[in-house]
Amino acid sequence: MPDTLDAELFRRWMDAMAAAVEREAERLTELDSAIGDADHGSNLRRGFTAVAGALEKETPETPGAVLTLAGRTLISTVGGASGPLYGTLLRRTGKELGDATAVSREELARALGAGVGAVARLGGAQPGDKTMLDALLPAVDALGSSFDAARVAADAGALATVPLQARKGRASYLGERSIGHQDPGATSAALLIGALAEVAA
Amino acid sequence: MRMLINVPETIVADALRGMAAAHPDLTVDVENRVIVRRDAPVSGKVGLVSGGGSGHEPLHGGFVGRGMLTAACPGEVFTSPVPDQMVRAAAAVDSGAGVLFVVKNYTGDVLNFDMAAELAEEEDIRIAKVVVNDDVAVTDSLYTAGRRGTGATLFVEKLAGAAAEEGEPLERVAEIAKRVNEHSRSFGVALSACTTPAKGSPTFDLPPGQLELGVGIHGEPGRERRAMMTSREIADYAVDAILDDRRPTGPVLVLVNGMGATPLLELYGFNAEVQRVLAQRGVVVARTLVGNYVTSLDMAGCSVTLCQIDEELLRLWDAPVQTAALRWGC
Repeated sequence: MPDTLDAELFRRWMDAMAAAVEREAERLTELDSAIGDADHGSNLRRGFTAVAGALEKETPETPGAVLTLAGRTLISTVGGASGPLYGTLLRRTGKELGDATAVSREELARALGAGVGAVARLGGAQPGDKTMLDALLPAVDALGSSFDAARVAADAGALATVPLQARKGRASYLGERSIGHQDPGATSAALLIGALAEVAA
Repeated sequence: MRMLINVPETIVADALRGMAAAHPDLTVDVENRVIVRRDAPVSGKVGLVSGGGSGHEPLHGGFVGRGMLTAACPGEVFTSPVPDQMVRAAAAVDSGAGVLFVVKNYTGDVLNFDMAAELAEEEDIRIAKVVVNDDVAVTDSLYTAGRRGTGATLFVEKLAGAAAEEGEPLERVAEIAKRVNEHSRSFGVALSACTTPAKGSPTFDLPPGQLELGVGIHGEPGRERRAMMTSREIADYAVDAILDDRRPTGPVLVLVNGMGATPLLELYGFNAEVQRVLAQRGVVVARTLVGNYVTSLDMAGCSVTLCQIDEELLRLWDAPVQTAALRWGC
């Protein structure tokens, strides 16, 4: 496992996320069909394909610049709620990382914590509202220990949204009928953390 | 489900190319997904920009033209457009008098328009915003994303658009838009689910012989499912749901709106029942519009919107409008 994480690793993280979204697009859409409007997979696929393309074209040289460009690209291409939310997550995390050419896992954990905080403020969601926060918050905590712990925590957080009632976004209109379904946003957030663990391993 | 498409990925761009060909008085930027009145910016007049996911046609692109929207930004199917589109639209329509964003209350639309407003203001474009939230089927509470924007969007765009056409300043146009939204309530009913092109199968499961009362324009569930009802029974239910929420104290505009797959023959029959209930409840109808205006792809069903008006709003309703989907007095 690398001691410091450089721009190249962050680029591979985004590429791995693009591949994960491609692989899981149908599942994300299926989950979104149950409690949303059946487009989470196709929207994120469009966004992360654009991110991979933008990173190839511009080759930013610091981890912060990689995430800032990725976030900006998501905001410009995804739309819906997931565009601004994922875009803000990556952009804010990137800005927190500053100009460092390489960062430690602990520094990334802190920056990601700030990114998740920005998502919470933008979306106005609380833990337990059945959103992407339910995967991201435990992942940030666990990232202090290891990448793999973060992956496990994110997966568990996504799975733990099944019995919850949605209180934000389109799924909230379902009220109690949202119970029993895994949240698509928490599921894709777990993919993002999983992609990080994959490239950092 | 058989669809008249090439591939799902190009459905929005294909439709925009077709709109451009059919409506030479519109400037359609297919690449950047912005539909603009050809004569924009109109000197001294406030610009009206709306947008939202595609799949609700003619909303919003069909309402661009003299007396209504100055520009519209279509997103992917059922997905809010991105801030880049809105900023581009605002820049294209701003004459210096400012721009009103008409936003339907969905998490994605609100977030993207908020981001766009910040970016546009950095470019020295004055922005005001109205969020439309007229759907009484949803309880507005801390525990939902709030009431959805549905049929009242047409009333807001028509009435605020007419005010902008008359040369009212941004503050007045925004005030009228907000007044229209506050005085409007809607209720929708689905007789069948809709099918998004990307998924290719119905987005929710509505067994034959049942209907969804209080449905949203993306097929979001509403209040309850029941065994199929008659047009008469549905009109009673829908109008009473609206009146229970807000009882008008003056005459109203009525929109009897089709969701996409319900024939006009049925909509007009349903309108007769809506007018009957309104008369029975003592609500005076000033004007009525019947048709498919705020649709949900191929969903069968309808919605009712009531907007209480005053003299000014009635005059703005009757003012000339010249768009692809709504056109009178010109």
